[in-house]
Amino acid sequence: MADAGSLINWSLLALEPPGWGGAMLAGLWNSIQIAIGGYGLGLILGTGGAMGKLYGGPVTKDLLEVYTTLVRAVPELVLILILYYAGTDVLNQISAAVGWGQVDISGLAAGIFVIGVVQGAYSTEVIRGAIKAVPAGQIEAARAYGMSPVQIMRRITLPAMLPHAIPGLSNLWLIATKDTALLAVVGFSELTLVTRQAAGTTKSYLLFFCAAGVLYLMITLLSNVLIGFIERHYRRGMVRTA
Amino acid sequence: MTEQTVSALALTELPSRQSFFKPHRIVLMAIAAIIVFCAIWFMRWEWVPKYSGALAYGVGVTLLMLFSTAILGFFLAVPIGLVQVTGPWPLKMLAKGFCTIIRGTPLLLQLWLLYYGLGSLFPQFPEIRNSFLWPYLREAWPYGVAALTISFAAYEGEVMRGAFAGVPPGELEAARAYGMSRFTMFRRIWLPRAVYRALPTLNGETVLQLKSTPLVATITVIDAYAVISKVRQATYLTYEPLLLLALIYLCLTAILVVAFRYFESKIPSRGA
Repeated sequence: MADAGSLINWSLLALEPPGWGGAMLAGLWNSIQIAIGGYGLGLILGTGGAMGKLYGGPVTKDLLEVYTTLVRAVPELVLILILYYAGTDVLNQISAAVGWGQVDISGLAAGIFVIGVVQGAYSTEVIRGAIKAVPAGQIEAARAYGMSPVQIMRRITLPAMLPHAIPGLSNLWLIATKDTALLAVVGFSELTLVTRQAAGTTKSYLLFFCAAGVLYLMITLLSNVLIGFIERHYRRGMVRTA
Repeated sequence: MTEQTVSALALTELPSRQSFFKPHRIVLMAIAAIIVFCAIWFMRWEWVPKYSGALAYGVGVTLLMLFSTAILGFFLAVPIGLVQVTGPWPLKMLAKGFCTIIRGTPLLLQLWLLYYGLGSLFPQFPEIRNSFLWPYLREAWPYGVAALTISFAAYEGEVMRGAFAGVPPGELEAARAYGMSRFTMFRRIWLPRAVYRALPTLNGETVLQLKSTPLVATITVIDAYAVISKVRQATYLTYEPLLLLALIYLCLTAILVVAFRYFESKIPSRGA
């Protein structure tokens, strides 16, 4: 049996090249960028989707229903593969048709697009539920004051639905950070894939996977602190429930 | 995660039959039918008969993974939820820490940690190499089952904690007034009521678990996803196998949702 000293070789985590610490931090930075970008794109898609699902015409509602149903029923891994290939394919064909030839799509942009489309469906459902929790009388009152739909949205619906949406949306943020790990399967060098390369090269699997786990856990715990602040800010004046 | 959040992540409702047929839907369905027809006509599907046996096997492995880990995970989740409500503080902290760590790291990382990490550690111990478990520990699937079970237990443990805490105290007091022992009370009142409260979330969590199963393909377990990956490598097709796979998962999810609706309708409820 190998002794503990050779099992844990801390110098492997050094920031300079013989150690893999720097590469892992670069991977972490990639993961964070994709999570933020994908989550932001998802929020935009989700707000639009929730509006369409609640106030759109019958065809819009049905198409959005198909979108959210598909994303909620098919594994993220499969969706990510389909979107990754389809997205790069479509973009290449468009640019070929315009005459630019092959475009080189950065892994970062593709990752943000893929995570964003998946997150968009989730946040559509979260935001839709939150808007439905806003008392109808408030929106009717705004309409009675003669506000336009855009004004109602900006002044009443969005601020009033936020406290209801924040628990769900904060869960979605945590899911976005963890879903970035799935991009390892399409070969994007985010934290999990870098970790696997480091572990495979140095053969100290436990050390590197545990280190990456600590990094992910730190993102989650830091996010939880921030979410606590945001939640307290937006729930002020509301009746505390459980 | 609350019930609304889980149902935002996983399909938990199917459209009812009465509300399904509306005039504009006929047009939409016609368009959908044309798209499906084009997909069948213009895309290449001649590989399907050749791989149908392997695919059926893969779907079987996926379902086996899903049910074994969901059932094992649920049995782990009950004590995890319970000690967080009534347990002594060391156990409470332990359960809470377990849930935080598992829910705070990606499942893919946990899976690789178990498979590559523990898998590379075990052979260094002669005791393990000589034990009766070794033939199993050399395979990939025990690590997949372990990772998925732990993950399900952590997520469902949170749900069960909420469900145990949410059972009205009056019911437990009534049970105590009838002279039930603590275990009888747990078996007859607390657990059934908590499971009933957790059932809608359990539905969503099970669909989420189905959506996590393809990850085991990354550690060489041959599930439906792995079979499709093999087809893609063998035929050089990009979309057709993935679309078929998406369809398979869609059908599995729909079956799960229908099954859960059936179970929920079987449980008598008055006002809940």
